Amino acid sequence: MDLKLLDAEPTEAERVVVDLFTGMGRDQLLPALHAVNDRVGWISQGALNHICRVLHVPPAEAYGVASFYSLFSLTERPAKVVHVCVDLACQVNGAKAVCDRLTDELGPAGAGSGWLRSPCLGVCEKAPAALAFEAGEVAKEQLLAPTHAGEVIAVAAAGPSRVDGERAEVPQAGAPGLRLLKRVGVVDPESLDDYRATGGYQALRTALLLGPAGVIREVSDAKLMGRGGAAFPTGRKWDATARQPVRPHYLVCNADESEPGTFKDRLLMEGDPFAVIESMTIAGFAAGCSKGYLYLRGEYPRALHLLRNAISKARERGFLGTNVMGHEGFSFDIEIRRGAGAYICGEETAIFNSIEGFRGEPRSKPPFPVEQGLFGKPTVVNNVETLVNVPVILTEGCEAYTRIGTEGSTGPKLFCLSGNVSRPGVYEVPFGTTLSELLDLAGGVPPGRELRAVLLGGAAGGFVRPDELDLPLTLEDARAAGTTLGSGVVLVLDDTADLGSFLLRIAAFFRDESCGQCVPCRIGTVRQEEALHRLVGKRPLSTSAADLQLLREVGQVMRDSSICGLGQTAWNAIESALDRLGYAEEATK
Amino acid sequence: MTIVEIGLPKRLVEFTLDGESVRVPEGATILDACTAVGKSIPTLCYGDTLKPANACRVCMVEVEGSRTLVPSCSRKVEPGMVVRTDSERTQHSRKLVLELLGSATDLSTTPHVDEWMSACGADPSRFGPDAETKLQPTTVDNPLYVRDYGKCIMCYKCVDACGDQWQNSFAISVAGRGFDAHISTEFATPLPDSACVYCGNCIEVCPTGALSFKREHDKREDGTWDESKQTRTTTVCTFCGVGCNLTLHVQDNEIVKVTSPHDSTVTHGNLCIKGRFGWQHVQNR
Repeated sequence: MDLKLLDAEPTEAERVVVDLFTGMGRDQLLPALHAVNDRVGWISQGALNHICRVLHVPPAEAYGVASFYSLFSLTERPAKVVHVCVDLACQVNGAKAVCDRLTDELGPAGAGSGWLRSPCLGVCEKAPAALAFEAGEVAKEQLLAPTHAGEVIAVAAAGPSRVDGERAEVPQAGAPGLRLLKRVGVVDPESLDDYRATGGYQALRTALLLGPAGVIREVSDAKLMGRGGAAFPTGRKWDATARQPVRPHYLVCNADESEPGTFKDRLLMEGDPFAVIESMTIAGFAAGCSKGYLYLRGEYPRALHLLRNAISKARERGFLGTNVMGHEGFSFDIEIRRGAGAYICGEETAIFNSIEGFRGEPRSKPPFPVEQGLFGKPTVVNNVETLVNVPVILTEGCEAYTRIGTEGSTGPKLFCLSGNVSRPGVYEVPFGTTLSELLDLAGGVPPGRELRAVLLGGAAGGFVRPDELDLPLTLEDARAAGTTLGSGVVLVLDDTADLGSFLLRIAAFFRDESCGQCVPCRIGTVRQEEALHRLVGKRPLSTSAADLQLLREVGQVMRDSSICGLGQTAWNAIESALDRLGYAEEATK
Repeated sequence: MTIVEIGLPKRLVEFTLDGESVRVPEGATILDACTAVGKSIPTLCYGDTLKPANACRVCMVEVEGSRTLVPSCSRKVEPGMVVRTDSERTQHSRKLVLELLGSATDLSTTPHVDEWMSACGADPSRFGPDAETKLQPTTVDNPLYVRDYGKCIMCYKCVDACGDQWQNSFAISVAGRGFDAHISTEFATPLPDSACVYCGNCIEVCPTGALSFKREHDKREDGTWDESKQTRTTTVCTFCGVGCNLTLHVQDNEIVKVTSPHDSTVTHGNLCIKGRFGWQHVQNR
């Protein structure tokens, strides 16, 4: 294919970073865009042109891809920018006040004023949060959390220091009985020796002895369900992939954790990165994959640093590469892919398009990933938390594992507590723990306040009322109660929370994050936000009841006819607030 | 000589369509089956010469056991499937999808959309006068094409026709995201500076008139475009030896547009710039 390129030429700095991709192909498009953004802070015509020349990608398509991701800018902007989180947990914890002061002192959000509003940064336990970025020969990123306007203003001027965040902490650190969190905050996340000294790589040894079929049997018998939100049986996924005669098979670890209020995977990756790498290796062994991709959301600089370290150390010591752990014939390696600010890329098929260098739009299913996934080959996609359950199953045995939790929901589960709660953070409890027990663990709402509602499962989840806290946190009980555990979000709202603006933020989130591929979601999320604005602001088109009806009809078509889970669930939380929390009545009064 | 592709014999698959048992060849989509039994399902992003884009969601039907509705244009019939094309859920979905589209885009030149809207009682105006739209000025940056993106429903057909499905020019792509998604060249550069080769195959597949031939656009603007006065004559292009079929649309003894039959085994509806636009000499009288 002859490419017609623009006349624009790259600067020397741009040329140098892009030339490193010489000889590579389309699937390096996202890494190449990152390289330019890291070096100069935006993607110029010359840089994009050169990327297209080197990777042999049509410029229009590369432009389409670059413009898909919110972390990239196709117009010139300064090297320094601070992304200020305005999403759910930060909103509840004063993000608006931060933004108001930034607007006063720096000017309205925009590249020129040095700060941008950002969707959830995944540090909800330290809300409000901001992430400072500065492009350069070595791009710098610094997480500010919890932050305040003064700090953001100072960092926006001075640029981030090289610190990429504090050490991962969980409130339960070191508590006996922890399985998934046992090393988080306790064991040095950079040391492979410390990892091995605390039981690391025993599970992979067991797996290599059991053989792929044996591992799949254990995981299936343990009844491990996916922890990313859809709760699909992991064993079935692995088995279906392993059985495909087509080669190669791929593994994708979905670490694009972007559901507002979710930060459990970040804690796992920052606190126990070797466990993620070992778990991926086991999954790759079981499903017959020789290559695994770890798709990490772009806003997790510390996790990126620690995972890179873990992969390189594992490789050095023969835990990755050819003949893993001396096991003849089993080769496996991992490549990290950084997302670039697109919630939709956490959708299990959008993630393939993103890795392949296309726009992160979901694909139509069927065919399912286990048949035709990444690069059209059979692929296993698993969430980080799902994967780190596997070593627990293999070391404790599937029978012991099934004794944790309940009949229908086995094992330990991580919940992300944030919002108006005394001790926010990630908590590990067995499935079946009630919501009130979990809230007690986190110290409940701050003293002197009253619980108003709990958002369970994230923006795509639903609300639970204070009189429903007996709800046992299991997949089946949540389903029976008409809600979902989703990705484990437990976002607490007390009587000071402004439910109207909270709902508006949910609606804005879905509008912003819709990929735009299908009509119900692309236009429906906009109409949903418009109708909700009228309802909350009490400025009805004709009557509030009519707006409510409109909202319900739009919600229904998004749920019924959207291509993927984003559109299908974009109305869940709002519907639940209207019906379960009685907001419908309040708004139409 | 007409070449008829016979192919391997196909098994028949039996399924239930709106309560009636229907048999179709294996591999047929629900839409194929509906067409075969004479049921009309509205479609916009479906193209008879393109792979289904699954984007417009106008053709959604209900399949028993499926949590969501499914796109009939791409979902293949499976044995024993129970499909309903006219359930309350499908009607609601079709109505809302048409309303959403009509509230954001100008559908005035989209064929059949008025019939579909009145059949399901769709009223795009009920989202109010302040509903955000995609309306924008028409782009004319070359003598052959007019791009009126206020009419674009983001069906992906032009991108697919320009890209790897037919022309392999890759001059345009979907850019941006969500409601801001739009069809664009790189950095919105004018078409003459892009990789466009003016084959017109994007216009051939556009379902809404967002893309149109300049000639047709101008005649529509000055009120002289009249399809009832047009004849269509299919002939063979004389420019080279490939043998592309041309359909000449003639009004008042003047060629006003050239298309190609979609079922032509040579062109599948596609042409190059010469066949598509190189006809002025015919009219030099």
